[in-house]
Amino acid sequence: MRKNITQNMGFAFLFLCIGVTLFFLFAIIYFVAARGIRVISWEFLTQAPRNAMTSGGVAPAILGTFYLTLGAMLFALPLGLACAIYLCEYSPKGFIVNIIRMSINNLAGVPSVVFGLFGLAVFVKFFGFGVSMLAGSLSLGILVLPVIISATQEALLAVPQSLREASLALGATQWQTIKRVVLPTALPGILTGVILSIGRVAGETAPILFTAAAFYLKGYPKSIFSEVMALPYHIYALMTEGTHPAQQTAIAYGCSLILLVLVLLVSFIAIFIRQRQRTYAHG
Amino acid sequence: MDNQIKIKAQNINFFYGQTQALKNINLEIYANQVTAIIGPSGCGKSTFIRLLNRMNELIPNTRCQGKILLDGRDICCDTDLDIVEVRRNIGMVFQKPNPFPKNIFENISYGLKVNGIKDRHFIEDKVIESLKKSALWEEVKDRLHDSALKLSGGQQQRLCIARCLAVEPEVILFDEPCASLDPISTAKIEELLLELKKDYTIVIVTHNMQQAARVSDCTAFFLLGELIEFGKTQDIFTAPKDKRTEAYITGRFG
Repeated sequence: MRKNITQNMGFAFLFLCIGVTLFFLFAIIYFVAARGIRVISWEFLTQAPRNAMTSGGVAPAILGTFYLTLGAMLFALPLGLACAIYLCEYSPKGFIVNIIRMSINNLAGVPSVVFGLFGLAVFVKFFGFGVSMLAGSLSLGILVLPVIISATQEALLAVPQSLREASLALGATQWQTIKRVVLPTALPGILTGVILSIGRVAGETAPILFTAAAFYLKGYPKSIFSEVMALPYHIYALMTEGTHPAQQTAIAYGCSLILLVLVLLVSFIAIFIRQRQRTYAHG
Repeated sequence: MDNQIKIKAQNINFFYGQTQALKNINLEIYANQVTAIIGPSGCGKSTFIRLLNRMNELIPNTRCQGKILLDGRDICCDTDLDIVEVRRNIGMVFQKPNPFPKNIFENISYGLKVNGIKDRHFIEDKVIESLKKSALWEEVKDRLHDSALKLSGGQQQRLCIARCLAVEPEVILFDEPCASLDPISTAKIEELLLELKKDYTIVIVTHNMQQAARVSDCTAFFLLGELIEFGKTQDIFTAPKDKRTEAYITGRFG
């Protein structure tokens, strides 16, 4: 009997923990949705801000976030994939590789505002890109590089060694094996990691704070050297600057809702891909 | 043993780090025969056949000494040699069926494609021929484009054999090919081995002594990294020269 009581208490505790976690998730979604939905309209999604940010829409910020995310992924994806493939498939196992692995893991732990400062010093000033979409994309790219590398490494390590052996035993070269067997098998795992990192990039504020983001721009960015508006920074600016706090707060909730929906959408795509991978892996 | 020598291993020593896994192995494998390698777990039999197609090089921190002559040419520990070419000539079927997560057709055409063959008709013919040779054709001819992972374990193993046959190796190594299969699938594979030895030289590692007795022409008995006895299967099983061989085949240890 006692054993049962202890077990039930254990289960109750676990359910409580899950309950609290889910409560916060749904509270955030509800809170943001309830307040944000009021300002969402076709105009809000497609127009530029007007009247010192108190009316109009946030289209330039949506577009800016899209550009910054795209730029960051264009930079980080090839680099991250190449690093992970080298580390998993080619590099001799040993001391140096362990150091590299550890460094990458530590890079993942660097606070995002530090990437912002680094971007300011290196991309904005040293390379002379100025406060620009390019500098912001690169800063964001470095931020997600370790995320992409570790997701890809995990996916590659999950590919059974027996498949590599099967391919090599047929007279395939190592590169053919990687290209035709290892990568296709690891692809769903890699895609999941990539998509989650897209969500991360889209929502980051600190790395673009000093490197790319502008509070208000007339019109859309013209080149990669233009400053750009972005949703996360726009929310920050609306809440800290300007002269009409009431209208601005409402718009900030609208922006939050858009950002939240975008990120959740991206996560759902990741889940969908993972599900498909599972069904395929089991025949 | 009237056939010609296909593979000759001379003074082979092999190390995993500090541990010596093979000790001075000398062994001759004859063309168009089935050579079985038996012995208790950890005796070095898998290590030995993985040397023949240079699979052990994938394991870090290993070292090898000696010569392995394939038709008189040394293919062991010779870094100048084209490993890819060696592996194409010496196919391997593994302990656990390991089809690629691709469809049946792609699994078999893979070896042809990585070896630079692009002619679609040739590839199609070869896939069909390989499936027929591995006695799988009748079971899969209507579903060549289904995932290979949907096949049963025994079918998957025959697919792996077909995949291996497609690249036309001269020698095929079987590393305990029936270890994860049921008796009926095992019987099919054994039947296949007897068929295949007409065209190929076959080396099979097995834990199953009845299997060795049923399918092989020659048998080598390994123990603790040493080759204890090698000879015609019927001699090894009826009149072993070494006491340890006799003890093993009569089931007193292993």
